[in-house]
Amino acid sequence: MIIKNKTIVADDWIVLRLNEQESAENVTVPEGKVIVPLPVWLQQRDALQQRAEIGVWLASAERPEDLKGDIHKFSVIAVDFPKFSDGRGYSIAYNLRARLGYTAELRAIGDVLRDQLFYMQRVGFDAFATRPDRNIEDALKGLTDFSEVYQTSFDQKLPLFRRVQRKGNLAADMVNE
Amino acid sequence: MYRYDEYDQQIVDERVKQYRDQVRRRLSGELTEEEFLPLRLQNGLYMQIHAYMLRIAVPYGLISSKQMRMFAHIARKYDRGYGHFTTRQNIQFNWLKLEDTPDILADLAAVEMHAIQTSGNCVRNITSDEFAGVAQDEVVDPRPYAEILRQWSTFHPEFAYLPRKFKIAISGGKEDRAAVYAHDIGLSVTKNAQGEAGFRVLVGGGLGRTPIIGSEICEFVPWQHILTYVESILRIYNQYGRRDNKYKARIKILVKALGIDEFKRQVEADWADLKDGPGTLTSEEVNRVATFFTDPAYEKLTNHDSQLNEFKADSCSFSNWMQRNVKAHRVPGYAIVVLSLKKPGSVPGDTTAEQMEVIADLADRYSFGELRITHKQNLVLADVRQKDLIRLWQEATAQELTAPNIGLLTDMISCPGAEFCTLANARSIPLAQLIAERFEDWDFQHDIGEISLNISGCVNACGQHHIGNIGITGVEKKDHDEWYQVSLGGAEGNLSSIGKIIGPSFTFNQVPEVIDRLLQVYLRERLEAESFIDTVRRIGHVPFKEHVYATDFTVAEEEIADKHAVVPAQYSVPYYSPRF
Repeated sequence: MIIKNKTIVADDWIVLRLNEQESAENVTVPEGKVIVPLPVWLQQRDALQQRAEIGVWLASAERPEDLKGDIHKFSVIAVDFPKFSDGRGYSIAYNLRARLGYTAELRAIGDVLRDQLFYMQRVGFDAFATRPDRNIEDALKGLTDFSEVYQTSFDQKLPLFRRVQRKGNLAADMVNE
Repeated sequence: MYRYDEYDQQIVDERVKQYRDQVRRRLSGELTEEEFLPLRLQNGLYMQIHAYMLRIAVPYGLISSKQMRMFAHIARKYDRGYGHFTTRQNIQFNWLKLEDTPDILADLAAVEMHAIQTSGNCVRNITSDEFAGVAQDEVVDPRPYAEILRQWSTFHPEFAYLPRKFKIAISGGKEDRAAVYAHDIGLSVTKNAQGEAGFRVLVGGGLGRTPIIGSEICEFVPWQHILTYVESILRIYNQYGRRDNKYKARIKILVKALGIDEFKRQVEADWADLKDGPGTLTSEEVNRVATFFTDPAYEKLTNHDSQLNEFKADSCSFSNWMQRNVKAHRVPGYAIVVLSLKKPGSVPGDTTAEQMEVIADLADRYSFGELRITHKQNLVLADVRQKDLIRLWQEATAQELTAPNIGLLTDMISCPGAEFCTLANARSIPLAQLIAERFEDWDFQHDIGEISLNISGCVNACGQHHIGNIGITGVEKKDHDEWYQVSLGGAEGNLSSIGKIIGPSFTFNQVPEVIDRLLQVYLRERLEAESFIDTVRRIGHVPFKEHVYATDFTVAEEEIADKHAVVPAQYSVPYYSPRF
């Protein structure tokens, strides 16, 4: 199960992670819906792009620009959070969405926990494979922690000051109340 | 000052609710301590030696009397009757229970305050000039921009898990009073030839283990573009800042590694995409926020006051106080008053609940109900009528808030040190007290004049020892002994510099003697009206160093039966300093 578009849904994608003996060139990518590591995509691009559906995942040190030109080929792009405190994935997501124009599913994988989901959805993630040892219904609540935000990101193109009429200090007597 | 509208209030209220639930999940075990740690840190909650410590944000150091009274309430209800003002213009409470913290945050939200991002690897509280809006040398009032940056950085989704903490300071005077050279980003608001406001942007400054003075990344960013420019700096840092080594993770290391030119190239390539986009500031927004920082209802007064002069002639204490703690105001007939939290023997920055309440009353009666917290851990009443100075001095003296030492030797910056902090190698506060006792004599201090003495309990430099004219650092030594390094020649302001260590380290009890020897060299060598730092710059370190190490120290070392009780090596058991 994953969270997708703010609901809990079944999921049949497989995330391929290489073990120590495997290399990006030689690993056999299983049949079916597979999210492959970026190096596998770069090494086996010709074969993989023949598939009906393919996904790719980026490690936090990898660059989304490496997918430039290929962006439209993926049904899903995932960004891995090796630890929830590694925040590079937020900028990767923002760049994928805002700079590279990626529009299909953007999924957070790895150490994905409730208390980071609000921020993740703001930078462009719309799917979350939350950590399997945690209650996914509980995690869903993390998406609605706040009902208003100040600054722009991918989800909100206008800062608060351009979206709403905010009041200045009209009443001088407020100051000394 | 800034007042919350319904949006600000809603965001802060929702934060309290979110945090309350996080605490509930931690207490029930749903969250591990490892998972809870960054959550509580982003809410300013540390687990220290004795208890939880909560750091409350005071945006750019500005608070109302009502907020100060809330601090007094928190000190009484949840703490041990006092709080500690910090070099980040914030306040910390040191003796809290985890389960009380959601209620404390709810109390704070009721007076438009919070503890958001006062710790953790995110954008911290924005600091600014404590004399903003009233300083005579002000070019542009930095407060509206500080508030705009506060809102922009609050819960920024992309920059909540940076490689390391990120501090922004902003100043608007000709003289820098916000240590902009010592911040991850330092902003100086200025005007171009056309009279338009903009920012000189410095990046990669910082203290800590690797003190570095910030480099100029852009000479002038027009005000409209400051949010997007800062966003691009943070995005480059978030992606490329080191995450493999905590001690090399600050932006200064990245800027050094890339070089300022390459760093600037990357930032501006990112920025090209944002420039003139929707994140661009509007004049409507700047003007709206600026309406909260307009002048209070000043009276038409003149600077001359014969009564003041008479009283000065009568009272040496008052005269000393006028000279050190009262600063020129840009409006005739008004003065800026610095209330000293450094009475010799006291703990720098500590304030009791009773003092807080009196201070709030003083603010109401003498300064339009507002206060500022300074990065030197004092408090400011920014708008006092000169004709009220005598009465104010008398009332503040009753609360021991008028030590005439602003900018003098005993106006020390000190971190909490090893009695509170798990990082520190050595005690800071007792050392500050020992030094203050030794140099208590006001005539001596006034004769020495302008000098800064900054103490940190470890290399992390919370006490900003690198930019003290004299800096003291607790260094790691074996067997629970406390050793201190002394550095010389640091400075903040327009001529910021990093101090250099003078030589081998000293024991706790030797430090006051070391300072005395440094001062002897200054007294011997100074030219007329030359400040300590100017003498150091003119004659260099050598004469100071030679004199300090020329003769042995005869200070009696106090016999400490149980060294572990003074500075424990590990804090796995509750540790109580002899002071408590």
